[in-house]
Parts: sequence; structure tokens; C-alpha cells
Amino acid sequence: MTTTVRPPTRTPPRSGAGKPARSGSKQRWRRDNLAGYLFLAPQLIGLLVFMLGPLVFAVVLSVSHWDGFGARSWAGLSNFSTVLHDPQLRTSAKNTIWYTVLSVPGTMLSAFVVAYLLQKVKRKSFYRTFYFAPVVTSTVAVAAIWLWLFNPEIGPLNALLRQVGLPAPDWLQDARFVIPAFALVGIWQGLGYQIVMMMAGLENVPRTLLEAADIDGASEWQKMRRITIPLLSPTILFLSVTSVIGSFQIFDYIYVFMGANAPASSRTVVYEIYQKAFVEFDFGLGSAIAVFLFAALLALTGLQLLAQKRWVHYTE
Amino acid sequence: MTTSELDHLEAPTTARPRHQAERPRLRWTRVLLHLFLLAGAVAMALPFAWMVLSSFKPLEEIFIQPPKLLPKVWHPENYRSALEAADFVRGFANSLYIAVIVVVVSVFTAAMAAYAFARIRFTGRGPLFMVFLATLMVPVQLTVIPLYVILGRLNWIDTHLALIVPASLFNAFGVFLLRQYVRGIPIELEEAAAIDGAGRARIFLTIILPLLRTPMVALGIFTFLGQWNSFFYPLIFLNSDSKFTLPLVVNQFKGTYSSDWTGLMAAATLAAAPLLIVFIIAQRQIVEGIALSGSKT
Repeated sequence: MTTTVRPPTRTPPRSGAGKPARSGSKQRWRRDNLAGYLFLAPQLIGLLVFMLGPLVFAVVLSVSHWDGFGARSWAGLSNFSTVLHDPQLRTSAKNTIWYTVLSVPGTMLSAFVVAYLLQKVKRKSFYRTFYFAPVVTSTVAVAAIWLWLFNPEIGPLNALLRQVGLPAPDWLQDARFVIPAFALVGIWQGLGYQIVMMMAGLENVPRTLLEAADIDGASEWQKMRRITIPLLSPTILFLSVTSVIGSFQIFDYIYVFMGANAPASSRTVVYEIYQKAFVEFDFGLGSAIAVFLFAALLALTGLQLLAQKRWVHYTE
Repeated sequence: MTTSELDHLEAPTTARPRHQAERPRLRWTRVLLHLFLLAGAVAMALPFAWMVLSSFKPLEEIFIQPPKLLPKVWHPENYRSALEAADFVRGFANSLYIAVIVVVVSVFTAAMAAYAFARIRFTGRGPLFMVFLATLMVPVQLTVIPLYVILGRLNWIDTHLALIVPASLFNAFGVFLLRQYVRGIPIELEEAAAIDGAGRARIFLTIILPLLRTPMVALGIFTFLGQWNSFFYPLIFLNSDSKFTLPLVVNQFKGTYSSDWTGLMAAATLAAAPLLIVFIIAQRQIVEGIALSGSKT
């Protein structure tokens, strides 16, 4: 009888015949606990050993002096005070913020425009191939390509600028241009992901709403402003939270473009963490910078989540 | 009666003229639309075109001003010298096997954890899940220094275990993503199997896993991309050339042959090509997988 339940009928009422549930709730509780933790075991071990343990250790390191080999000594808040007073670190923090200010809105705006227009054409996947290709390319390969594109003498970018009569800067060596150059590469590489996410969000905008607006004589601009953007706002929030986090962690480009001991004007916060911890072997200072980075990310994410009440529209 | 009234409301008087008026304008906007999108696509493709075409140029051609996209003389020898100068094949093999192990193990163990969180009532389930979620906020740079110390104690520095084990055993994003999907599976399926006497393990393997195929493939693609292109961890955890992953090999080549531009482009092509080819073949799967990974968060 019970073996014939295969077709999705809801016939068998829960008679409790097959379950030993009534035999004792305590026994069941014990069994559920065992099963739960067994299924969880691999990821739980990972959580403890590779996440929570290091997290606690990072806080300890941030109040220590340690080069990773000798004895660890108490440092109090001196690492944090160094972070706050070191002019080089302040420059790196400014660079990171400047990179974020340029790349996040730049990527999101262009992604929105492209996704919005792609919605209206038939050959979506043809275009998508081009826009998405940089996403699957490793940052190292991307940086290698752009290293040449940016070359002031023989690079094609400056050749183009000279032909149009624009100034041709030394992109990676000029302190004014190096962060915008990183941002340009960041936008180029990050665009495709955001386009795909926004297109997925746009597909959820009900056609009927747009058609109703058509019948009421709404212009394209009004439809976008009053229907599409509000309905896309959860996606926009998600992308802005994740891309701010991502851009604050920018490292690969700088390392591949500039190598070790990069000039001050091109360093970012994560570059400093790498430099302090793994080049100069000052684990305490490196950890203190990382703690600041974490705090900044928490604050920025918190702010965006607080601000969402003003503009994010949830349908459910 | 009412239907005929409705027919009158939708009568051609209002609907049709507008459509006719819009036709010619639409064609123009359509052309403009495609032109704009094409221009964008070209801008995206140009760096790749530059990379591939330059990799076939003889070195002296790079000084030609203004630069030309196409090589005058095709010079595939760049690839031979790049392959001789750095071990791309080994880097490729290292990257591939590390990424595959991480994908398989982390997706499977994440599915196990997701099943526990979604279906088993154990003590501490709620708080523990919150802990998993909260770790998504922690930047890798905060834990990388202690992780380096721990891996050093385990004698795993400069071994692939340093890259494989942590990533395989901890995938909070995957746990979160898959839990959402397990919760969407009708519980009746499991109840029926339980009545048939199936235990948790069998329910998980025969019912849950097959139904999780789509999100698991999506998570797998997402994880693979992250592993394959990862640079920060390998840079810190690996020292010897023979252990290097593909991005490290390219970076090393860049550092050693800094003026060999055509060689560097051959190197970048070698690094980028495998995934680009896979992407062009399986575009829909990959794009949908990425979109799905993001949409549930």
C-alpha cells in the first residue's frame, strides 16, 4: 500500500504508522540533533577553523606586535593609532574611496542603460556575449591587456587620444590618472555581471503595467521613471551593496599593474594590508588595517540598508 | 450584452492609429538602438581583439605609430616562446584540478548543510544560521593573515591544500543559496519517502540532491569562476613555480619579461582563452547560473 505513493497524490493521511515519532519525543530530539550536526559537520568545521577562529585571531593580532616568527607582544592600540596617523595609509584610503566613487556609479549607470536597451531588442544573447566576456576573464589577464593599452608611448589608447587631439597622459605613472585608469578597467570588467543582474530584474517588471501605461499615453521616460526603476530598485540596491564592497577590496589590478612596492598614489587599502603583512611582515599593523576595512564596509552597508526605506520598492 | 460593449471600447478608433503612427518612428529608434549596443559591444571586444591580434605580431611591429590592429606579418612563434618561458600547461592543470575539487566538495557539503538548516530541527539551528549569514560580510583580507598562520602550522603553506581545504569546507554563500531552494521543495516528497522507511541520508541523496540540480549547477559555475580567476590567496599561499596557478604564471611572466609585449599578450591569451571558449559554448547556462546566484540573495 505505502509503496504506491509515487505519483504525486496526497492520499496517504499522516496516520503515523510509518513514523516512530510517538515512541518518545526525547529520543526524536536526540536523533534530530545528531542528524542535524552530522549533515552540518563539514561546513561547521570549515566555519570554526577557517572563519571564526581566524576572525578572533585577527582581532588579537590587531592589538599585537608580531612578525609571524618571533614572540608576539602586546601592542595595545598602537597599531590602530598608526593606521590613523600614517599619511601613506590615509592616501591609500582616499585612493580606495576615489576608486569606488568612480567605478560604482560608472558601472551601475552604464549597466542600467545597456540592460534597459537590451530589453528592447531580439538578439540579446549576441550582445550579451560581448558585454559578459570580461567577467569570465581573470583579473590578471585583464590587467596584462590593459597594461599595454595604457602604455603612454606605444599604447593604442593614447595613440587614439593624440589623433583626436586630446592630451595623452601617462596613465599609470601620473598620480592624477592612475586611479581613474583602474576605475576604467573595473567598469569594463564589471559591466557584464551587472547587465545580467539588471536584465533578470527587468524581466520581472510586469508587461501589463507597461501596457497600461502605454494606453494612458505615458512617455518612455515616464514609464522608466515611474514603473521600471521602482520595480528594479531591489536589484539596484543589491548591486550597489555588493559592488561597493567589491570596490573597497580592489587589489589585483594594482598588484599586476604596479607590482610590489607600488607608488603611494596608486595604493589601495587592501594593497596596504598585503604590503604590511606579507612584504614587511608586520602582522599586527596589517590586521589593524583589515579591522578598519571591515568596520568601513559594515558602516557603508548599514547606511545603504538604512537608506533603502526611502527608495527601494518591494512588491511582495 | 456586456461583451459587445467591451468590443466597442477596444474598437479600432483608439488602438489602431497609434500603432500605425508608431511604425516608422520605431524602425528608426530600432536602428539607433542597435547602433548604440553595437558600439558598446565593440568597445568591450576591442581589448580582447588587441590581445589576440597583438599576440601574433613580431615584436618590432609594436613600435609602429599609430598602432595597427592587424599584424603585418603573422608571428605565432610568440606562443612557443611564451610556453617555453613559463609553465602555462602546469599552471592550467593546477588551476583546473584545484577549482574542480573545490567546486565538487564545497557544493556537496554546502547542500548537506543547507538540507540540515532547512529540514532538521536541531538545537541552535537559528543562531548558527545567522552566524553563517553574518560571515558573508567579513572581507577575506581580515581573515587572510590568521589563515596564513594557521595554514603554516598545518604545514600547508606552498601546497595546494591551502587553497583546496578552506574553500571546500566553507562556502557560506552556497549554504545560504541552497537553503532557499531546499525550503522550496514540497515536504510531502520527503514524508512519503520517510513512510517508505528511507532515512535522512537516503532522502538527501535520492530526493533533495536531484531536485537541487539547477541551483547546484549555478553555484558550481559561480564557485568555479571565483576559484579559476582567484589571485589573492594563491599569491600569498604559494611560493614555488611548480605549484603556481594560471593567474600566478601570467603575473610571473609579466614580471620577468616586462618589455616582451607580444609575448605577454600571448600569455594573456593562453590564460583567458580556455574560459572564454567555454563561455561562448555554454553562454546560457553560465549567464543564467550567475543571475540565479545573485537573485536569491
